[in-house]
Amino acid sequence: MQLDDFDKAFENRVRLQVMSVLVANESYDFVDLKELLGVTDGNLASHMKALEKEAYVEVQKTFKGRKPLTTYLATDKGRTAFEKHLGALEKLILQQKN
Amino acid sequence: MDKTTKLHEDLASIRNIMERSNKFLSLSGLSGILAGTFALSGSLAAYFLVYYPHSPFGFRVRYVNEREVVFQLLLLAALVLIASLTSVLFLTIRKARKKGHTVWNKSSRRFLLNLLVPLLTGGILVLALISRGYLMIVAPACLIFYGLALINGSHFTYSDVRYLGYLQIALGLLCAFLPGFGLIFWALGFGVLHIVYGSLMLYKYE
Repeated sequence: MQLDDFDKAFENRVRLQVMSVLVANESYDFVDLKELLGVTDGNLASHMKALEKEAYVEVQKTFKGRKPLTTYLATDKGRTAFEKHLGALEKLILQQKN
Repeated sequence: MDKTTKLHEDLASIRNIMERSNKFLSLSGLSGILAGTFALSGSLAAYFLVYYPHSPFGFRVRYVNEREVVFQLLLLAALVLIASLTSVLFLTIRKARKKGHTVWNKSSRRFLLNLLVPLLTGGILVLALISRGYLMIVAPACLIFYGLALINGSHFTYSDVRYLGYLQIALGLLCAFLPGFGLIFWALGFGVLHIVYGSLMLYKYE
């Protein structure tokens, strides 16, 4: 089995989902992501930290009125890693079909 | 969990989340049917106001440029609009809740913004035209701007909405070349097309 392209950072489903949202959209902010995925604040925050650490996402902190607004973007590194991971998933599925 | 199932679930969840992250997919098909029905009822009322007892293809009993008639028609149109918007809002919120999705989120805001820019532009322009007495352009302009709004909004909801937009524009342009038949085109575009579209959506997605 080909596991080289299998990215450990995407083993968790929430991280995989976050990455798919950020690849499909220019940017997404924390609250919208939380609602879309149906996860808790703490849960999402810890996963975002992990993705940040891998430099797969970029964080922009601004203010919307008085409320802080945290916006995430996928980095080029993150996009490449995500595509590679998807490719690996596809290959695995194909292999198991045969 | 079996490894293959997890892989398949991973892929399915990616596809679902990606789609929902930029498309608003809670639009209710039933509300399209209702809006179409309201539009048809409104057109019928307008027919009685303007043409009755002649056929809608024939002579008008009253001229539309009488102030009183214009006012009555505007009131009728406003009623149809309010009834349609209310049912769309109500049924769409209900559909979203049933699926456990939120209604006011990034994708619904994007959809609304993209829909409203051409729609309000057209609406305000039409009001300006009415106030200056250019009544014959009203029916085609409404259909055309509504079609443009649908095409613009369709990027952020079911892509089928785009075809509804094309058809509205086609009807609007045709209507522009056939003055005097505004009410019929209006009934076709806002009434019949909405009912057909709503039924298709209901059948396809619900």
